[in-house]
This record gives sequence, C-alpha cells and structure tokens, in this order.
Amino acid sequence: MTSRAIALRIVPVELLAARRPQRMVERSVMFYRHAWLILVSGFFEPLLYLLSVQVGFSSLIGEVTYDGVSYDYAEFVAPALMAAAAMNGAIFDATGNVFEKLRHSKLYDTVLATPMTASDVALGEIMGAVTRGSLYSIAFVITMWAMGLVGSPLIVLAVPACVLIGFAFASVGMAFTTYMRSWSDLEYINAVTLPLLLFSATFYPLSAYGGWSWIVYFSPLYHGVVIVRGCNLGVLEWSMLGNMAVLLGLSWVGLRFTARRIDGLLLT
Amino acid sequence: MSDAVIIASDLRKQFDNFVAVDGIDFEVRPGESFGFLGPNGAGKTSTMRMIGCVSPITSGSLTVFGLDPNVDGSEIRSRMGVVPQSDQLDPELTVAENLLIYGRYFDISRSECRRRTVELLDFVQLSDRANDQVDPLSGGMKRRLTIARSLINEPELLLLDEPTTGLDPQARHVLWDRLYRLKQRGVTLVLTTHYMDEAEQLCDRLVVMDEGRIAAEGSPRNLIDRYSTREVLELRFAIGENDANAATLEGIGERCELLPDRILIYDDDGEEALGEVHRRGVDPVASLVRRSSLEDVFLRLTGRALVD
Amino acid sequence: MSTPTAVRVWENHLLRYRKIWGSHLLGAFVQPVLYLVGMGLGVGALVDRSTDSIVLLDGITYFEFLAPALLATTAMMSGGQTSLWEVADGFIWSHRYVAMASTPLRPREIADGLALWHTTRIALAVTAVAGVLALFDETRTWGLLVAIPAAVLTGLAFALPISAWSSTRKNGSSFPAVIRFALIPMFLFGGAFFPIDQLPEWLQPVAYVTPLWHGIELCRGAVIPSVDAGPVAVHVAVLLAYAVVGLLACRATFAKALRP
Repeated sequence: MTSRAIALRIVPVELLAARRPQRMVERSVMFYRHAWLILVSGFFEPLLYLLSVQVGFSSLIGEVTYDGVSYDYAEFVAPALMAAAAMNGAIFDATGNVFEKLRHSKLYDTVLATPMTASDVALGEIMGAVTRGSLYSIAFVITMWAMGLVGSPLIVLAVPACVLIGFAFASVGMAFTTYMRSWSDLEYINAVTLPLLLFSATFYPLSAYGGWSWIVYFSPLYHGVVIVRGCNLGVLEWSMLGNMAVLLGLSWVGLRFTARRIDGLLLT
Repeated sequence: MSDAVIIASDLRKQFDNFVAVDGIDFEVRPGESFGFLGPNGAGKTSTMRMIGCVSPITSGSLTVFGLDPNVDGSEIRSRMGVVPQSDQLDPELTVAENLLIYGRYFDISRSECRRRTVELLDFVQLSDRANDQVDPLSGGMKRRLTIARSLINEPELLLLDEPTTGLDPQARHVLWDRLYRLKQRGVTLVLTTHYMDEAEQLCDRLVVMDEGRIAAEGSPRNLIDRYSTREVLELRFAIGENDANAATLEGIGERCELLPDRILIYDDDGEEALGEVHRRGVDPVASLVRRSSLEDVFLRLTGRALVD
Repeated sequence: MSTPTAVRVWENHLLRYRKIWGSHLLGAFVQPVLYLVGMGLGVGALVDRSTDSIVLLDGITYFEFLAPALLATTAMMSGGQTSLWEVADGFIWSHRYVAMASTPLRPREIADGLALWHTTRIALAVTAVAGVLALFDETRTWGLLVAIPAAVLTGLAFALPISAWSSTRKNGSSFPAVIRFALIPMFLFGGAFFPIDQLPEWLQPVAYVTPLWHGIELCRGAVIPSVDAGPVAVHVAVLLAYAVVGLLACRATFAKALRP
C-alpha cells in the first residue's frame, strides 16, 4: 500500500484538499501583532483560577491523597487547570471567533475567492487555535514553576499533551460552530465546558466520585487531566496511551465533521 | 476552439426549490467589459459565484479560461480577481495588511506582496490611509480598497458584483475612472449592476437578466436601438388621473407605458409627441423629454421597472 | 389612570425578553447549580475533612459557606452581563432607546424603565437559585426570603453603574474586558469561594470596596443562622449607594446620549 493510500484511509478525504492552511495562521499572527493585548489577556483567566487555588483552597484543604501518595492541593489542581485552560482556549477560538468570521466579517468567503480551499480554512483555523493555546500552555508552566507548583521536570511533556487537548476541543468546537445559527447558541458551549471543568477530576481525585466515577470517564477533559497531572507529579503510566487515544479519536471525529460540513456551508 | 475567457451554455443553478439561474448561455471575450443587468433576484450574483468557482453548478456547462470550475477551481481563482457585493474587508487588519495577507492567500512572496501593496494603494488613491483600520473608511474608500485587493494577483479577469451600489455620485465617478483604466490595460471585466448609467458607462456588451433567464443581449446602444425609440416623453398627472388620461393619449407615439406614478410615451421625436398631447387638451402636471436608456429596454422586455 | 412611563419602557424590555427567557434562565440557573454540586459538595468534602478549615470557615461546612454566596454571585453576573451588550445595543446597533426617545418618553424615564427591568431580570435569576437552595437541608431556611432582596440589591449595585458606562460606549470592544478583569476576579476572590481574610493583606481593602463582598455577607448571614453578617446597615448602605449613584449616572448619560 502506498503511503498516500494509507493517508487516505486515516485522514478525512476532504482535508487532503488543503494546500496552504498555514496562511490562516499567518493572518492571525498579523492580527495579534497589533492586538497583542488581546493575546496576553487570554492568559488572565487561567492565571486567576490558578491564583484562587493557591490563595484560597490550598489553606482550606491542605493535602490531598492521589494514587496513595499525599500531595499539596495546589500542586494537585494546577495541572488540571492547565488542561482545562487548553480546552477553554481552543474551544473559545474555534467557536466564537470562527463564528464571527464565518457569518459576520465573511472572512472565509473572502479567502475562498482566492486559490485557498475550504479545507485550508478548517485546518488552518484549528492550527491557529492550537498555536495560540500552546503559547498559553508554555506560559502556564512558567507560572506554575514561579509559584512553586511544579512537582516534576516531566511537566515539559504537559505542553505537547495540551496541544493534543487543544486539537481535540478545537476540532470538535469548530464542528459545532458549523451548526451555530446565532450568538446565543454559544450558551450551549458554556453549558458543556463548565460541567467538564467541574467534573473531570479537576478539583478532587476520581475516588471522591464514589460509585459515580464511571461517568467521569466520558469527559474528554478528564483524559487530558490524567495525562497532564501525571506529567506534573512525575508519574507516567502505560494507561495514559489510552487517554491519548481518546483525545486523538475526538480530534479525528471533529475534523471529519468539520471538513464535511464546511464545504457545504461555504460553497453553496 | 474559442478563445473566450468564459463560456456558459445552458447554465443552471438551483437551491432546494428555487431556481436562481435557469439555463443561460453567454460568452465573454478577452479584454472586453461584459455586464449582467437586472433587478435584485434576477440571478446575477448566483451567476457570478459560479464563475468565481465558489458555487457548484447544478447543470449545463461552464468553463473559465478553458478550465472546469469543478476540477480546477483553485487554478481558475488564482488567475482572477473578485470584488464581492459587500466588500468583505478584514475588519481586524489595517488597510495595507488587508492587501498583504490577501496576496499571501495566492502564495505570492512577502516582498512581492509589499511591493504590489504600495503600488495598488497608490492606484486607488489610499496611500495615506495605509496603516489605518478599515472600519472608519467611507463607503467609496472601502470599495476602492476592495478593488485594489482584487488586483493583488494581477488577474486576467476581474469579477465585480454591483461595484457602485450604495455609493454617492462622486465616489461612483472615481470608481468608474479606475475601472476604465484597468480596461485600458487589457483586464477583462465582468460586472453586475442594476444601474443603467453604470452599464452604459462601463459595458461593451451586456445581457439583460430577469428571473434567472437572459432576456436580451447586445451593446448598450444596440439594445436601445432594438428595444426602444430614440426619445421618451414622461408625463405626470395629479393623483388618480393617470388612467383617465391614458385613454385620451392612446395612439400618440409608437408605444405607451402606464406606470403607477407616470405615463411614458415612446417616440423618436418627444417634443412632437408633447405637442400632440397638448393638442388633445391634456394638461399634465409635469412633462419631460429625454433620450431612451436601458431602463426603457428593461421595461419593454419585462414589463417591469428595474429599480423598484 | 395612564401607565407610569417607566413601566411602559419596562414592557418593551419584557416583550423582547419573551424570546430569550429560556436560555437566560437556564444560564443563570444551571451555572450556580453546577458550582453548588461541583464545588460545594465535591470540594466541600475535601475542605470539611481538613482541620484548618473549621477555624477558617468559623465552624460551618463548606457547602453552607458557598451556597448562599451563589445568590450574590448570580445576581452580579446576571446584572453585569445584561448591562453591557444589551444596553449598548439600544444606542448603537438597534437604536431602540433612540427610537423610544423620539416618542414622548424622556431619557430619565427610559433609564428608570431600564432599572425596573434590571430588577425584574435579576430577581428572576436569583429566585431560581434560591429555589435550588431550598432543596438542600442545610440551606432550607426562611432566611432565603431575606437573602433574595439582598441579592437583587447586589445585582443592581453592578447593573446600574455598568449600564451608565455602557451607554457611553461607541462599540462593544471593551465589554469582554469588563467581564474578564472585573466580574470574574470578583467572582473568584470576592469572598464566595473562600473567606477574604485569606487574601494578601493589601488586597483585602479592595474586597471591602466591591459590592459583591457586602452582598455575599448579607446573603450568608440571612441563610445560615450561625453566621454573623456583621454591620448589616453598612452592607445595605454600600449597596444602596452603588445602586443609587448608578441610577443617577444612568439618567445623566442617557440624557446626554439621547438629547445631546
């Protein structure tokens, strides 16, 4: 089997029509060059959450037991917040921002008048969201280190893990955006991301859910949290390959949907 | 094999239950300026989108530069420029950046994009606004910027969808001047409009579209000669007196059109017709003799006014 | 007798609200419930296990600490969000207020009508949350009935000053910053999730100045009998001051925008 034939089996066919998706990233870079404040301020919220854990919950809770070992609460929650920040950043970029360009500024219609294709737009915007998210992840690790919350040098592996989380949520978010009719539909996004944030073993170990813990496995964020937390606590396990597979699967499904929908949406 | 830039035959576009373009044939030759004239909803924009390879054709055939839009969309688009009806400028970028990034979508090198941006901003007289945001620009400036953007890839063919709709008269004349210069350089122009004067100013040849079909084709002069008289006499009456007077006016001129607000009498000599009106003892509130325009052609062909 | 003018303006708002009440109430209601279960019960289990927390929370459980505060935060979020885009919309996008001002309505009546509307909308959101609190043993007290008006007042202390500010904006570009740099920090650090004496010394006076902290103290004191709300009169006075100054500011900015 040729490599192209293999690629055709794995990658959604529509995406092979992509020629220069990186141009969409180039456009974002151009925009953020004079809107760097917007870029920087996107890191503010994750930072606040991190601070509130450090300042508030740490002294209320003290230590927490995870996998039989006792950890400082902030050290336990920080990596989960990092994973959640990767999710939130990617989803925000791929829904609200993309919707604006899709329906209001008509940016994609403009782009499609050039040799660029609908696949370029879809893949390029997802790449943009992931790039932006990666910057935040790096900033997050540095902040954790400055606050003394880094437990293991393996934390550097959390950055690529967050890229994967970002990719999964950006592609699913983008697929959702193709179904959005108005701004008020963004409420649905919040209705999904908030429970994910709260119930992905983010703020307490899985054991706290008791008999309900099987539900948590359905949260894609949980699988991201497990990996990032493992990186920070210096505990890598083979089962994390399974967690990665969940996120990869989600990325694939999201991409597939987006690629299929966006053609019909833009080329009428 | 024809050297035409665009060839359409029996071209159709259907959305669910609505037929936007209903089997049209036309050819656009290199270097000419070709217009689609018609009211809103005539199928002009749908036709333009098909030519622009952003809307798959339903049936019939269409070739652009001898290529099939379904197969070679990217290749075709790389050789043409598009000026959409609503500008669609990138509100998050500056004037110059709008051109720069647009050139990058065509895979033109950064340095070449910069060079062309300077040149094009000069061409559309926007050099002093290069680093401004797009939003505060006036309608005419935005339009000029959109035209500059469409030229970044030095296109052989330029598609303009209602290039001057919504602009004030002065801005329209500036724009017409720029388009005329492009035409002089040999760029093929295809435009849609519902303005008669624009069609007369810009088009070598045009088709009149109505309800998805082509009603007539020719040069502006030729269409007027074929479908109208040399002059038109317009009469206005007090409200409610149109019908009564129309009966009295019967037989004057070659043809008579009864509109809600006025009566049009088609005659090669308008003054002569007006004399006859007075002789019959009819006394309109206002009267006007003018030359026939494409408006009259459209009225004749479809029985409806173009701009309502 | 004719309908008071502000009520006529209020009716206009109500008419528009009928289209979006579902998503508004859902948003205003589901979020606090999620926090209640996710943080109140979940994190609460961890907090209550720690011995330090007994001192820090003055002997009440974390659920008792958090739940009443959600009345105040809901009021703040509901009041804050509806006084940004929606108010600006009336001036710069749909020109709704401009249209109203061309009727016999005066700008100050339009402002009063908006205040009346804010009150309604915040009350709806707060009552929904109070309904949820009534489901739990720890928070099922008559004090909820006192906490509702306290929370509504908290909401107005945000909604009215923000509305005055929004009405002077030319576009909505600075609105996300209000949520991100003002409302969310208060939400996280204003005393809802942990006592503000855990904040660094220099930050505590900031919390005392914000309306949210006063609102939270009132709600917590009303719902949980063992909690001392402190100087109730001061809390109410601060909230009233924000609301009244906000209303006066609204009247002034509306007049300026509509009768320049």
